[in-house]
Amino acid sequence: MASAVSSSSAATASTAPAHAPGRDVARTHLLVFALMLAVLVIAPLAGVYPVFMMKVMCFALFACAFNLLLGFGGLLSFGHAMFIGSAGYAAAHSAKVWGLTPELAVLFATACAGALGWVTGLLAIRRQGIYFAMITLALAQMVFFFSLQAPFTGGEDGIQAVPRGRLFGLIDLSQPIAMYAFVLVIFVVGFALIYRIVHSPFGQVLQAIRENEPRAISLGYDADKFKHRAFVLSAALSGLAGGTKAILFQLASLTDVHWGMSGEVVLMTLVGGMGTIFGPVVGAAVIVTMQNYLAELGSWVTVVQGVIFVICVLVFRRGIVGEIGHWLKKPL
Amino acid sequence: MEIFGIPVQALMGQLLIGLINGSFYALLSLGLAVIFGLLNIINFAHGAFYMMGAFGAYLLLNKLGLNYWWALLVSPIAIGAIGVLIERTMLSRLYQLDHLYGLLLTFGLALILQGLFRNEFGSSGLPYAIPPQLQGGQNLGFMFLPNYRAWVIVASLVVCLTTWFVIEHTRLGGYLRAATENPQLVQAFGINVPRMITLTFGFGVGLAALAGVMAAPIYQVGPLMGADLIIVVFAVVVIGGMGSIMGSIVTGFGLGLVEGLTKVFYPEASTTVIFIIMTIVLLIRPAGLFGAQK
Amino acid sequence: MKRKLLCSLIAGLGLGLGGLAHAEISGGVVKVGVLSDMSGPYADLSGPGSVVAAKMAVEDYLKATGSKLKIEIVSADHQNKPDVGSSITRKWIDSEGVDMILDVPTSSVMLAVAQVVKDKNSIMVNSTGGSSDMTGKACTPNTVHWTYDTWMLAHGTGSAVVKSGGDSWFFLTADYAFGHALEKDTSEVVKANGGKVLGSVKVPLGTTDFSSFLLQAQSSKAKIVGLANAGNDTINSIKQASEFGLVAGGQKMAGLLVFLSDIHGLGLQTAQGLNLTETFYWDLNDGTRAWSKRFGALHGGKMPTMVQAGVYAGLLHYLKAVDAIQEDKDGAKVVAEMKKLPTDDPLFGKGEIRVDGRKIHPAYLFEVKTPAESKYPWDYYKLVQTIPADQAFRPLKDGGCPLVK
Repeated sequence: MASAVSSSSAATASTAPAHAPGRDVARTHLLVFALMLAVLVIAPLAGVYPVFMMKVMCFALFACAFNLLLGFGGLLSFGHAMFIGSAGYAAAHSAKVWGLTPELAVLFATACAGALGWVTGLLAIRRQGIYFAMITLALAQMVFFFSLQAPFTGGEDGIQAVPRGRLFGLIDLSQPIAMYAFVLVIFVVGFALIYRIVHSPFGQVLQAIRENEPRAISLGYDADKFKHRAFVLSAALSGLAGGTKAILFQLASLTDVHWGMSGEVVLMTLVGGMGTIFGPVVGAAVIVTMQNYLAELGSWVTVVQGVIFVICVLVFRRGIVGEIGHWLKKPL
Repeated sequence: MEIFGIPVQALMGQLLIGLINGSFYALLSLGLAVIFGLLNIINFAHGAFYMMGAFGAYLLLNKLGLNYWWALLVSPIAIGAIGVLIERTMLSRLYQLDHLYGLLLTFGLALILQGLFRNEFGSSGLPYAIPPQLQGGQNLGFMFLPNYRAWVIVASLVVCLTTWFVIEHTRLGGYLRAATENPQLVQAFGINVPRMITLTFGFGVGLAALAGVMAAPIYQVGPLMGADLIIVVFAVVVIGGMGSIMGSIVTGFGLGLVEGLTKVFYPEASTTVIFIIMTIVLLIRPAGLFGAQK
Repeated sequence: MKRKLLCSLIAGLGLGLGGLAHAEISGGVVKVGVLSDMSGPYADLSGPGSVVAAKMAVEDYLKATGSKLKIEIVSADHQNKPDVGSSITRKWIDSEGVDMILDVPTSSVMLAVAQVVKDKNSIMVNSTGGSSDMTGKACTPNTVHWTYDTWMLAHGTGSAVVKSGGDSWFFLTADYAFGHALEKDTSEVVKANGGKVLGSVKVPLGTTDFSSFLLQAQSSKAKIVGLANAGNDTINSIKQASEFGLVAGGQKMAGLLVFLSDIHGLGLQTAQGLNLTETFYWDLNDGTRAWSKRFGALHGGKMPTMVQAGVYAGLLHYLKAVDAIQEDKDGAKVVAEMKKLPTDDPLFGKGEIRVDGRKIHPAYLFEVKTPAESKYPWDYYKLVQTIPADQAFRPLKDGGCPLVK
């Protein structure tokens, strides 16, 4: 494993004893990050449909947030749709009915998802493994049915005609360039935040708990509290993705709270590489692209997704980025 | 006469319908509980097998002219065989890994199966007629009960109780239960454990397919019929206790009744009530109502 | 896409130089997008059949007028989800040069697509969505609502049923924009004619088992059980109602939106006597018969439903308008032209499009024939009453459409 040289490594900013990645690993990360940023900036200029890129970014953020819990926390949640979905409704409602400017609407959505994560986390953390997954699924279903019934969510119709609004009251987000910049900034901030969390003391303890919980507890760490915090963070960042997506598509609908969405984010993380930083981004890009280009073929999308799932589980457990990282012998 | 402002007629009618729904919950959760309880596999594709059972009946009728009664026998066996194939080729490779991989694999399989059927048959329901011997109904005073639905209740009770009896009170069932506890020891006694596991999985899948055949005349045959149902069935199994056969049966029927009651007093919550109960049970008795702490 | 960029640059230059916006057929092609439900509960009444109707419209138009327009048709499945529908519409308009959206069943999708179309100044000619809000409070200068809407259905079927004695109602309502609109419009008609609404139950879209809802309908003891749903939902509710002895118990079913394809799916034995209102029937007159036979030849022998006819007629009129002003990019302009030109086609006869986007034509109250009365395949309806065009649809001033001054 890369050695930890804390004081001189590039990525650390806080005080010791932060276990920051070793210098060469950090440099690799910076390189890949720069590459990713370059792709995101150049692609729309090169003719790739900007709305498609923005959709990829929203889902990439969602997958990264999910991976925080799964890859680094070792907790498989089957209910993450409730965070991205409820945030979507929160952002849509606050922008349309209360007239909040987009950045406030997105912040509000993030806060709502975080609050939901706090409550549901309290209930879910108490159980392990499959029971944890089942509780998250049950809670997500409750959120789904609430969304179906509550008058303000619009049921099957969803919340439509959500205004893009004016960012800070000044910048009109119905201009494609402005909207793209908005989504890009949110994605980069969210991604950087997750990177920071993973490579912070908190993140290290979380990974320790994932590896060997009894040992971590014997060292004096309150495992439940760490897991709960990770859950809340994952929920809030999923909410960030959800709120942004609602403003982007100007629509919040039941699709986002349906358990199929929970399955999709698992797929994205699995395909990209669980426990890697860049994996979920790649996974999201792959899955969204596939959905886009196979859309004309209707139900084949579901079949292909299923096949990818099966292949990944049987022979490709490290995922795309995981395999690359394994080959390069560096954690990506 | 009224209870809490609801006429008894309406109450009894909804409870009876709830019991019918409960029959399907019980049958499906039975298969799921058998598979989880004995094999520790979380079978997300259970809903897809249920759907394939119904399609089996539809195809048997429309392509081979075999009626409902034949379908009750042939479809579960055919779908069970597919289950055996899946277990042999894919699931058995995952036994030494974390259980969650099994879940992910079966989830992927469910997507494949549902997608394939959706492509072929569209996503709306195909009609399947109630067999002539079971048409018509009885006027019970508080409601008109179609004969077919009465048959569903009776048939599923019989199947559930027979399965429970076989697993809990016969030698074969004993071998199965022992094999889950300690496969190596049981293997050392000369019992072919992997084959038992495979056949048990096939049996669980066959139960799902049987439920599908019984559902075909009333719920319409459609590719998505199992998709949303499977989530409810998971909740039933978890509440009943994931390894407990009797727990699933009781909870399945019980849920049907609770849903029926909710529909009378607070219809909007009828689909959510199961999850509320599941959350409560998981917090108080994590092993489920009938489960044993492992 | 690069070509579009180039075109807009040149156009911009032209604007700057000329100071005049000039009409253009964008990309040299009129691209029509048929957005429908291709595999779900509404696939039979619109779906692939709508694509067939659209293709017929293009062929017939080019043959009849010898026009030089180049026309392309694309299609997609919106799966009855507003987010899928609006995404496809957005993508079509932004990056695939689609100039007009056609068909669009499911009111929640129709309304979502209308929003996107308005934001991008494109055009939707909707022949299949039902909510009367489309020409009411949700009206826009970029949409035309063809074929039917919930107000017309409510007043056609609703008032006929109430007048013949069905004065207490219980609704089974599909839980989305269309179902709610249909229930609301029909309730108003029932009450205006002296009837009572005893209750209603909201059924999630895609439900296949109606047993507990039908039970509630039975316990309400309403004379009429109104089905505020469509497609497979209607078929299933009617079938299961007979299973539960609803009609035998003395209640009657009123299918508020029933299509020819539904009757075909139910069979005359089950559906006989049902009252329904449509604006097109394949066997109505020589014009409709001739067209429908051609349609049937291209669509597996199935006769067209009224919405598939609406796709044909709507596209025909759109092409007329586009050719008249040689413009397809500015949606509002084309809609204005469509409202200016009177409509005339062999399917709906002579009519017009009002300022709120509502296409006006007569409506017909039909009754489903008994098996004995039906003499040949698809001979399902007998005409009970013709509702003249000026009475069939909601009066202009009552809709609350902001375009109506």
